[in-house]
Amino acid sequence: MNAAERMKLTPVQMPEQEPSERVRNVREVPLGFTPAMAVSEAQRCLHCQNQPCVTGCPVNVRIPAFIQAVEDGDFAKGIAIIRETNLLPAVCGRVCPQEEQCQKECTVGKAHRDVAQAVQIGKLERFLADWERAHHTAVDLPKVPLTGRKVAVIGSGPAGLTVAGDLARLGHAVTVFEALHMPGGVLGYGIPEFRLPKEIVYGEVEYLSSLGVEFRYNTVIGKSLTMDEVREQYDAVFIGSGAGLPNFLGIPGENLLGVYSANEYLTRANLMHAYDPDADTPILRGRAVAVLGGGNVAMDSARTALRLGADRVIVVYRRSEQEMPARREEYVHAMEEGVQFSFLQNPIEILGNDEGWVTGLRIQQMQLGEPDASGRRRPLPVPGQTSDMPADVVVVAIGNNPNPLIPSVLPGLATDSHGAIVTDSETMETSIPGVYAGGDIVLGAATVILAMGQGRKAARAIHDRLARRQAGNGHPESPE
Amino acid sequence: MDAPEFFSAYTCNGITYPETLEARMNTIRRKESLGNDVMRYVIDAPLVAMHRKPGQFVIVRVTDHGERIPLTVADADPERGTITLIVQAVGRTTREMALLQPGDALHDVVGPLGRPTHVRMFGSVLCAAGGIGAAPLYPIAKAMKDAGNQVVTVLGARTRELLILEDNLRAVSDRVIVTTDDGSQGLKGLVPDAVQSLVAEGNHFDQAVVIGPPLMMKFTSLLTKELGIPTIASLNPIMIDGTGMCGGCRVIVGGKTEFACVDGPEFDAHQVDWDTLVRRLGTYREAERASCERFEHECMIDTHGKESR
Ligand SMILES: Cc1cc2nc3c(=O)[nH]c(=O)nc-3n(C[C@H](O)[C@H](O)[C@H](O)COP(=O)(O)OP(=O)(O)OC[C@H]3O[C@@H](n4cnc5c(N)ncnc54)[C@H](O)[C@@H]3O)c2cc1C
Ligand SMILES: Cc1cc2nc3c(=O)[nH]c(=O)nc-3n(C[C@H](O)[C@H](O)[C@H](O)COP(=O)(O)OP(=O)(O)OC[C@H]3O[C@@H](n4cnc5c(N)ncnc54)[C@H](O)[C@@H]3O)c2cc1C
Ligand code: SF4
Ligand code: SF4
Ligand code: FES
Repeated sequence: MNAAERMKLTPVQMPEQEPSERVRNVREVPLGFTPAMAVSEAQRCLHCQNQPCVTGCPVNVRIPAFIQAVEDGDFAKGIAIIRETNLLPAVCGRVCPQEEQCQKECTVGKAHRDVAQAVQIGKLERFLADWERAHHTAVDLPKVPLTGRKVAVIGSGPAGLTVAGDLARLGHAVTVFEALHMPGGVLGYGIPEFRLPKEIVYGEVEYLSSLGVEFRYNTVIGKSLTMDEVREQYDAVFIGSGAGLPNFLGIPGENLLGVYSANEYLTRANLMHAYDPDADTPILRGRAVAVLGGGNVAMDSARTALRLGADRVIVVYRRSEQEMPARREEYVHAMEEGVQFSFLQNPIEILGNDEGWVTGLRIQQMQLGEPDASGRRRPLPVPGQTSDMPADVVVVAIGNNPNPLIPSVLPGLATDSHGAIVTDSETMETSIPGVYAGGDIVLGAATVILAMGQGRKAARAIHDRLARRQAGNGHPESPE
Repeated sequence: MDAPEFFSAYTCNGITYPETLEARMNTIRRKESLGNDVMRYVIDAPLVAMHRKPGQFVIVRVTDHGERIPLTVADADPERGTITLIVQAVGRTTREMALLQPGDALHDVVGPLGRPTHVRMFGSVLCAAGGIGAAPLYPIAKAMKDAGNQVVTVLGARTRELLILEDNLRAVSDRVIVTTDDGSQGLKGLVPDAVQSLVAEGNHFDQAVVIGPPLMMKFTSLLTKELGIPTIASLNPIMIDGTGMCGGCRVIVGGKTEFACVDGPEFDAHQVDWDTLVRRLGTYREAERASCERFEHECMIDTHGKESR
């Protein structure tokens, strides 16, 4: 097939659960490609010499090469190529903001002047990862000699898992400490089952265990073990403790009954399985749920509310549709499912009754002014225009800040004004030698793939450091 | 597979733990009834035992589908690697826990969480406990005594069967006043009444610590405010993660929102918005009742009967 013929092929639609059906279960919404669909989609790739898509991917997956393998029907080869640079393809294929990354740069999309026409790289990646899981083909890696070096990883989110995987493959003994009773960080407690089945996350963790990585749940570093104890016992430490500090709006009524942070709402639903009516952990199943915010977290909360049986779910966002940071796909899925959107509306008060239960929101009408520092047009209040909206559950989904726990117990650890840990951008080393950090604790709330990218960098630097020490006879005081 | 090295020989504060801790995680070593639905458990939790300080708590899951509930570490033995929990069976999770026997294990125990009590030499310290609050109060009273304070304890409950830890508290207090709402033991009346009469007797207090049901804490601290006694209270909002991630445990102190699991659980009692705390504790009353009924129905076991020999 020549390029012109390839350009004529239209994107293969991935089958999805019907909206009316899927709001009544928590199963995944997109159902995945069949092998035939994957091959057809792979045929749309032009195999560009300059590989713009690869540059768009934060971990530089060799995209044209793996797509070629799909086109050839050699799925085992395809997944092996992805795994060279991406430890969690089943996760990234699902949750990466591809339209901002690899697919944004795709020549096919550019030629059509529509990113929706780009080769669906993420969906192909997902296909290969799912195929691998179904066929148990996880490649046996060559056994590397153990180095006798020990590395502690704090947090089992995507950043921590990447560091653990990379270092274990290099023969280091890695222990991952996780505060919760389950692994995955946000992948486990935040992103809902219908977008990322937990089984996938646990599968990846099992794979890491098979490489010899030790997982210690229910262990809060700084509490269950002090930072000093960890540093004494391990040759290097990686901090991947995430951005788990929920923001509130600071408006009246935020402590009324029925007001949740998105973290609490999603944690109850996901981690504690509150979507199951028989679960021990309760959740308020509102009839009219208002979700405040416009990002992925807001979409996840709104769609969770529908699945918990709400009659009406409204996303209230203070800017307009164009400024909304949520992924297009999530926005479309939410609308299909019946989530309503209320743009240019800024909540200024949460209203309640005498018994302290939420009854609604007071909203300030906004209009767009000049662009602000983020380049988005700044929302400004329209004087005198406020209105009330009924709601019996309110979910505040306006973002998270870096988790303050580790910085608070590690004197000398440099942080910025938002509480994010400051690192060397190449090595991810913090202001404390031998202590590295990456992911949301460094970036503020960012993305899975960026967290993994930083984890990868840190792993490389940690390995270099340990190798240097090895050369220096393993003496801890050997010159850097 | 071999136990990881980290856990096979670990030294902390001069004590070496030779055993693999893995095998000993969360096992109930001892269990005894303190009467009326209150149970004392001694549990293997070496890391918690090593690090905990008075005022801190753990979060426990009894089963693999269970809720995460916060419980104060009432005591710890770092040499043995055990902690003591004193738990009142009030709902589904605490009742499920009461069915466990020595040798059984809790599914998860994580901690120690929260900030430790600020213990120092104040002079004379008033410790006021209501009901199950005696459990979290005991380690604090003990630490206050060890720091050289004169400790006067008021131990209150609705009725004599609900008084717990009286002997333990006597052992660490210079004086203990017992008071019951119905007068079935000690003075008849509420904790604030007892505090009032202590002060009327001419006792002076430099610091007070109050722990118990929110209303008891509210009224006791309103009184200590009037009396000009600096007071800390240990708050008990509903928690999930206990690591500052969800904000479900938020309380209002001095007009500011704080997360009790990481900023507390102890706060300046005179600054706490008690009404909000009491209200938020009732958020899941319906669901809790239903869950408890389901549980009773599922196993039809009388938890009381099992324990009273
Ligand atoms: C609801 C939601 C939806 C999202 N959707 C997307 C999406 O679609 N696509 C995308 O790319 N990104 C998405 N994100 C963002 C993405 O999930 C995060 O950027 C990513 O998970 C960050 O990874 P991390 O490893 O840095 O930290 P986290 O995933 O936050 O993991 C940190 C882990 O460290 C543990 N921890 C913290 N402190 C300690 C301690 N002291 N001791 C031991 N353990 C500790 C925590 O319990 C947690 O498990 C979403 C985020 C949320 C909240
Ligand atoms: C920091 C902290 C330390 C605690 N220490 C202890 C302790 O040492 N011993 C002990 O017995 N209990 C302690 N509690 C209270 C304990 O966590 C609750 O009793 C427990 O969560 C109830 O769970 P359940 O499923 O058995 O009951 P549920 O069905 O959840 O509740 C049953 C009843 O208990 C009330 N309740 C629920 N949660 C709490 C709570 N957090 N505090 C007070 N009442 C509540 C409910 O309103 C309801 O009336 C502590 C709480 C906190 C926050
Ligand atoms: S990892 Fe993410 S950005 Fe990179 S190719 Fe895969 S889907 Fe695209
Ligand atoms: S830019 Fe698009 S068409 Fe070109 S190689 Fe990458 S995926 Fe294929
Ligand atoms: S329990 Fe979640 S923040 Fe305190």
